[in-house]
Amino acid sequence: MSTLTAPPPGRLRTILVWGTVALVGAVCWSVLALARGEEVSALWILFAALSSYAIAYRFYSRFIARRVLKLDNTRATPAERLDNGVDYEVTDRRVLFGHHFAAIAGAGPLVGPVLAAQMGYLPGTIWIIVGVIAAGAVQDMVVMFFSMRRDGKSLGQMVREEIGVVGGTAALIAVFAIMIIILAVLSLVVVNALAESPWGVFSITLTIPIALFMGFYLRYIRPGRVMEATAIGVVLLLLAIVGGGYVEQLGLESALTISKEHLVIGLVVYGFVASILPVWMLLTPRDYLSTFMKIGVILLLAVGLVVAAPVLQADAVTSFATDGDGPVFSGKLFPFVFITIACGALSGFHALISSGTTPKMIAKEGQVRMIGYGGMLMESFVAISALIAAVVIDQGLYYAMNAPAGATGGTVQGAAQFVSSLGFTISPETLQAAADSIEEETLVSRTGGAPTLAFGLSQVFSEAFGGGLQAFWYHFAIMFEALFILTAVDAGTRVGRFMLQDTVGNFWPKFGDVSWRPAAWTASAVTVGLWGYMLYVGVTDPLGGINQLFPLFGIANQLLAAIALTLCVTLFLKHGWLKWVWVPGIPLAWDLVVTMTASYQKIFSDNPAIGYFAQASRFRDAREAGEVLAPASNDADMGTIITNSTTNGVLQTIFALLVIIIVANAVLIWVRAIRAGSLPTTEVPHTESTIVAPADFIPTAEEKKAVAAWEAERDAERERAGSTR
Amino acid sequence: MTARRTGLRRLLREFTGEARWDDYLERCARDGVEPATRREFERHRAEQVAHAPMARCC
Repeated sequence: MSTLTAPPPGRLRTILVWGTVALVGAVCWSVLALARGEEVSALWILFAALSSYAIAYRFYSRFIARRVLKLDNTRATPAERLDNGVDYEVTDRRVLFGHHFAAIAGAGPLVGPVLAAQMGYLPGTIWIIVGVIAAGAVQDMVVMFFSMRRDGKSLGQMVREEIGVVGGTAALIAVFAIMIIILAVLSLVVVNALAESPWGVFSITLTIPIALFMGFYLRYIRPGRVMEATAIGVVLLLLAIVGGGYVEQLGLESALTISKEHLVIGLVVYGFVASILPVWMLLTPRDYLSTFMKIGVILLLAVGLVVAAPVLQADAVTSFATDGDGPVFSGKLFPFVFITIACGALSGFHALISSGTTPKMIAKEGQVRMIGYGGMLMESFVAISALIAAVVIDQGLYYAMNAPAGATGGTVQGAAQFVSSLGFTISPETLQAAADSIEEETLVSRTGGAPTLAFGLSQVFSEAFGGGLQAFWYHFAIMFEALFILTAVDAGTRVGRFMLQDTVGNFWPKFGDVSWRPAAWTASAVTVGLWGYMLYVGVTDPLGGINQLFPLFGIANQLLAAIALTLCVTLFLKHGWLKWVWVPGIPLAWDLVVTMTASYQKIFSDNPAIGYFAQASRFRDAREAGEVLAPASNDADMGTIITNSTTNGVLQTIFALLVIIIVANAVLIWVRAIRAGSLPTTEVPHTESTIVAPADFIPTAEEKKAVAAWEAERDAERERAGSTR
Repeated sequence: MTARRTGLRRLLREFTGEARWDDYLERCARDGVEPATRREFERHRAEQVAHAPMARCC
């Protein structure tokens, strides 16, 4: 019947374009895989990422949208049906994409890849790109879809209703506990970046009065002029960074040189005050600043990297990957690269935003692909940029900055010696010169990832844009990381407070009233107290807080992903989509293997560098024998290590157990659903949609025509309604 | 009409939330209602925001 004919010209062009993208990707990946011992440009990583994202978006996300989830544009979204102008609101897809991206992306994708760079550039690159395509973006998109079909229910609600009360309760506790750890570790990154850095403290402290000014401006001076206020805020922010360079001349240097312990107190007090102040004063304006910076930084990164085209300094794969004895964090490539890089590849925390907030604002079902999958690809791009920044700096410097103070002794001589014991070389003079170039006291043991990233970016930006502004760019990068983190801390504390009030409110309704001050203050204090305690644990740990806590953070985040993906698999089976269950099923299986292996090693490993309990007992035995083991320098340090390692081990155990409970509860439902073919779910029934809107970033010609026709019709209707009045 | 709805300025105003004021004015004009002052309107908006948790990720 059919004869072979040439494809139509439009199709031919598509084939040509995507063939080229695929070719670029293949070449980039081949170079990365095969290049050894020669100079490799970082642009190969950048373009390998971009072409892979493009292909995954065009083909895989479209497959999920059309064949698997069968996004249905005739179906009215919650925003259309329940529009109340407050949380449910039909929103332009590009605007929502921006909001969603600003909500999911923060400092996480900037920090993890920097730490994971100790394994070399290749493992991180592969995991970020493959992980986001097959797991992270899929999770975000599928969770968003299911929440949208359920009027924007939260992850916890869906787990309770679709899996069961046991799983639901476990999920609620897990979400809260995981959030506490995430806030503590993010705060630890800020503390490590600001300690002993008067310039950094100066600029970050100024963000508070700047945000307050914007808040009062928007409330009293020029109500509602957000763009105006944000423009003023950004200018003031840049002035605050520049001004930091003059702390010495201003005579503020010693006043602003603050120890880690004092920064912890400052941050805890700030977190509490911020969460009880009216939001218009601090939270909302700071969020405007932070959102603006997020989008600005992405553009800056892309332009800066392409212009500077730096050369990779790290090895493709280091010996730490196979031996597991790296100084930044302990453990081998598997599973620890996949734990260290969570945000940017697979981040469970996104499931909290993809359910709840964003789905209530989607105009058309088809847009879930662009916002859910596309938004996560964009975060992954941030992670790739951060990885590049860490692997283009001198690797001797990288290890000097990221080894805990216990190893380097905190001096340039000690650091140089330690680095040479790892097989890298850097002289004490070079180390000092690097610190001088960005006007910091020292760069030795500035752990946490933020200073390393900032140094890498300062190198890239000053090469790309010239002007010898390395110190400015360093503090610019520290500023935006700290800003993102403080925004997350503000908002996270408030979310934690709401969760606590809501939970206690089940037994004592009065406590659930969010405007009742005593309840609000108590719940805030408890939330801040919990993350504040973990932060203190990290800061005072002689073994290095990042080294100890970052794995817990990564595991926690990905255990949350396990909960989200378990929900997705459950719903696939309940809907009777057994054929497609591999779409969330493969990421879930992979994530469970990784997180459970990592949890097992952190709990049961008898290597004290890895297992928390092995660590505690090694120091306990030594203490009983009256010895002091390095890096502890006295008996009190020994006690701190024993307490901290035990606390971390207990938390790690609780997280893993909660996830096992949820998965076990879900498996019961899976078996029942497979046997029955399908089970009823809480999906709301089909209601006809009347809105017309494009689905993707760039509207097709037909979509444009349909939108124009629909708008003309609406305007005519309004005219008629107006004239009959 | 279409140009106003999809122009860059409108997009930016939607992004910052300022478009809500535009929409409100338009709605008042259509219904023949005297609009509240900008200050009252923004207070009301801030009150709504205060009761919704704002999720921000890492």
